[in-house]
Amino acid sequence: MIEVSDLRKRFGANPILDGVTFRVESGESVVIIGRSGGGKSVLLKHLVGLLKPDSGSVIIDGENLCGLNERQLLPVRRKFGMLFQGAALFDSLTVAENVGFMLDRERKLSPAEIRRKVAEALEMVELSGTESKKPSELSGGMRKRVGLARAIIYQPEIVLYDEPTTGLDPVVADSIDQLINRVRDRLNVTTVVVTHDMRSARTVGNRILMLHDRRIYVSGTPDEIFNSTDPVVHRFVNGISVPKEHYF
Amino acid sequence: MNGAAKRFVLDWLTGLGSLSLLAKESVASLLTFKVSWRDFLYQIYFIGVKSQAVVIITGAFTGMVLAAQTYFQFHKVAMDTATLAVVSVSMCDELGPVLTALMVAGRVGAAMAAELGTMKVTEQIDALRTLATHPVDYLVVPRLMASLVSLPLLTTEAMAVGITSGYLVGVFLLDIDPAYLYHNMVSYTKGVDIVIGTSKAFVFGGIIAVIGCYKGMTCGEGAEGVGRATTEAVVYASISILISNFFLTLTQNQLLRLFP
Repeated sequence: MIEVSDLRKRFGANPILDGVTFRVESGESVVIIGRSGGGKSVLLKHLVGLLKPDSGSVIIDGENLCGLNERQLLPVRRKFGMLFQGAALFDSLTVAENVGFMLDRERKLSPAEIRRKVAEALEMVELSGTESKKPSELSGGMRKRVGLARAIIYQPEIVLYDEPTTGLDPVVADSIDQLINRVRDRLNVTTVVVTHDMRSARTVGNRILMLHDRRIYVSGTPDEIFNSTDPVVHRFVNGISVPKEHYF
Repeated sequence: MNGAAKRFVLDWLTGLGSLSLLAKESVASLLTFKVSWRDFLYQIYFIGVKSQAVVIITGAFTGMVLAAQTYFQFHKVAMDTATLAVVSVSMCDELGPVLTALMVAGRVGAAMAAELGTMKVTEQIDALRTLATHPVDYLVVPRLMASLVSLPLLTTEAMAVGITSGYLVGVFLLDIDPAYLYHNMVSYTKGVDIVIGTSKAFVFGGIIAVIGCYKGMTCGEGAEGVGRATTEAVVYASISILISNFFLTLTQNQLLRLFP
């Protein structure tokens, strides 16, 4: 379970998060939506301890991440898998080395077992046979799939997705959404997705949170959010700009 | 003190503190010997083997020019045969370790900053952290260990190449008596000179790796950030080598007086 209370973060003079509070239950699939540059990715990075808040707390299964140093965070992060916006594959390693990275570092399994698990993870993301390729040889969608295989191979309890469909064509984006749902159902993981892709939000979310004005503005089921009459929510989900934003 | 100066001093002190913490974390991690030996061997290859050409050329031409200049001055007072002794002691105590370190800082320090900087801006370092891997263990320690091992070896090589080149220039170009040239070199060069040079190289190896990795891991955003980190890594490592060399020379001489 993830509990975020009164989280505040500023970079220099710019406040990014100002009193963010929410809770994600085990097994739940939550989508965080909001404007570009609104702090969604910053919020996601706080959940896994990649950023330290100025104040507030992030509690994972009863443990507050904010008081832990980098080395104390390592075992907690074992519970997480994270798919980055650009996949963040290690470009000096092959696909197989990327996917099996954590298992190789842990040194608990034999090389043959690691190869088998890598093949299974790649099969799950429909990329069998790409083991020896380098990330530079893959398309954007394939890189995200490899990133997802790397994030789920050690069977984490929570998977975080940072803009999983950004920059992909609608067909590939839909395949990524289906993959997120398949991972959730097969591995029974808690899912947190940050996106501004409304189609994706509707497909993968059990619940949608909207980050607006540096805090959680609204929380509800996809139907509640998409049928909301609140002007801020309505404009965002339907992609309607306010008159002052008509630049051209 | 005005606002800008205060901010500069504060930033400088913050940077120095962060660098010290990285060095402390790296040494603590190094002592646990949890390093990936495959990464360590690759770094030894990259830092040690791939620096051969640079180090040999630097050592050879430094030894040659030092021999020529020393001869031109010593010839006036009929001390031609002491030429190689000066070359040898200079190469072992100062020029070997300092010039090797400066060349390696330019080649390896820049590469470390650029590689780690690119990893940072493409979120690969964040990805490492989410995979329950401490970036210091995986990225810094193999580079630091390889630098600490490679620099003394490269320095020894530069010393040997420099002295040999000086000998060849002295004998075949300047027509100095080879027997006296060699005898004086052996008489005036002590084992302690080699210890001084290699121990300095060990320290310089640590400086290059820690500054290169620190600049990479703390670089700014985008291509501009990586470019600036690379430049700063070379400049700061070079300055640190020159400054620390002075204090190492003083300290080592004090210690040698204690243990003559």
